[in-house]
Amino acid sequence: MSNVGKSPWIIHYDGSSCNGCDIEVLAALTPLYDAERFGVVNTGNPKHADIFVVTGGINDQNAPVVKQIYDQMLEPKVVVACGACACGGGVYQTCYNILGGVDTVIPVDAYVPGCAIKPESILDAVIAGVGILDEKAKAMKMNPADKDRSEKDASTGAHASVADVDDGTNADAE
Amino acid sequence: MEIFGFSIWSIIGVIAFLVIAPFIGCILAGLDRKITAGMQGRVGPKLLQPWWDFRKLLAKEDATVNGAQDLYVWLYLIFIVLSGMVFFAGGNFLLCVFIQTLGALFFILAGYSSRSPYADLGAERETVQVMSYEPMVLLVAIGMFMATGSFYVADLLSAEMPLVRYLPLIFIGFLYVLTIKLRKSPFDISMAQHAHQEIVRGIVTEFSGRTLALVELSHWYETILFLGWTGMFVVWAGGWVAGVVAVVVALVIWFFEIWIDNNFARFKWETMLRSAWWVALVAGTVNIVYLLFI
Repeated sequence: MSNVGKSPWIIHYDGSSCNGCDIEVLAALTPLYDAERFGVVNTGNPKHADIFVVTGGINDQNAPVVKQIYDQMLEPKVVVACGACACGGGVYQTCYNILGGVDTVIPVDAYVPGCAIKPESILDAVIAGVGILDEKAKAMKMNPADKDRSEKDASTGAHASVADVDDGTNADAE
Repeated sequence: MEIFGFSIWSIIGVIAFLVIAPFIGCILAGLDRKITAGMQGRVGPKLLQPWWDFRKLLAKEDATVNGAQDLYVWLYLIFIVLSGMVFFAGGNFLLCVFIQTLGALFFILAGYSSRSPYADLGAERETVQVMSYEPMVLLVAIGMFMATGSFYVADLLSAEMPLVRYLPLIFIGFLYVLTIKLRKSPFDISMAQHAHQEIVRGIVTEFSGRTLALVELSHWYETILFLGWTGMFVVWAGGWVAGVVAVVVALVIWFFEIWIDNNFARFKWETMLRSAWWVALVAGTVNIVYLLFI
């Protein structure tokens, strides 16, 4: 049995959301819904997080940021797109600056509908994410080479994209 | 009975600390989160949540910022464990304090070595925390020597009266800096347990996976060591009764720390430094003068 899913730490990023979903994400962490029952901790730090909770659509400005947060997170990791905008652009879909949902820049594991999303759905999504997290951890165990990030970077060139999107947002990480 | 010049009780103390301390530390950390949740009207995580967090961190991908960082974190763990071994073997308290400080310094170096602005700020604040609590901890050692004529923890077990009888004010001063040492609010300046401050998790920002797991493990050891220091104040030549009293007092103080953690907003570092030094000066001086006259 995998241990990863018992401790899903999340990082929440607000794309170009109207803040409706963000308030609901916070509500999920308050005493009424108490996400910590499932071991959820809101880390605010990609290097500690297992589940990337994104709200809002993607535009040219936040695409590199979302990509960088995703790249900084360590495997196994799961992305949860929260709300209509994060899933596919929502009401802003046809705006000139919106690229679309989160899946236009990073692979998404769980889509949660709603405008705004309900705290119950967020908890559902995190629990769904936990299942995917466990599967990924199991797959990692099968292939121990996945565990060493430096080797992987050298052999496949993965994560090299962090440098490609250096537009000043990388300054903090270096 | 002696083995290689060490008494059998010293050896039992060392082995018990090495093996049992992380488990008790883990359960205490879980209890902390449970009680905190209760105080906030939540259900809270499972009691063994810190254990699952630890296992999860070990299973994560390895990504270390640089090699020096891992070395410093390992040294932090090793010196904390060494310090605890000296203490629970009934050894020299002063030596225990110095080794523990060395461990804390390696933790600060680990924070600095990651070269992240958040970790840098956290390391600076951790330095201020060490500066704040160190005078008071040394006064504990001085008071202990003046009261019993020995720095050896084992000698307390043959004392007629518990240390707190001679060092009441120093005990209160020690409880004040214990909050700083355990990094509890209002002194969770270098790193908060949860992300409720402006530098997220401060000194551990750049630590991830196995490195972060080692830091957690060190913190569990630290908790037990510091609660051991607390228990040290109330033991006397009372056999197992003294032991039970020490454990009960340590647990009550742990609960008290959780209560403080949940009831106070964070201080600025100036307030922490100034108040800790004032407490050390007043509590320490008055108590030492009192010791000179009895």
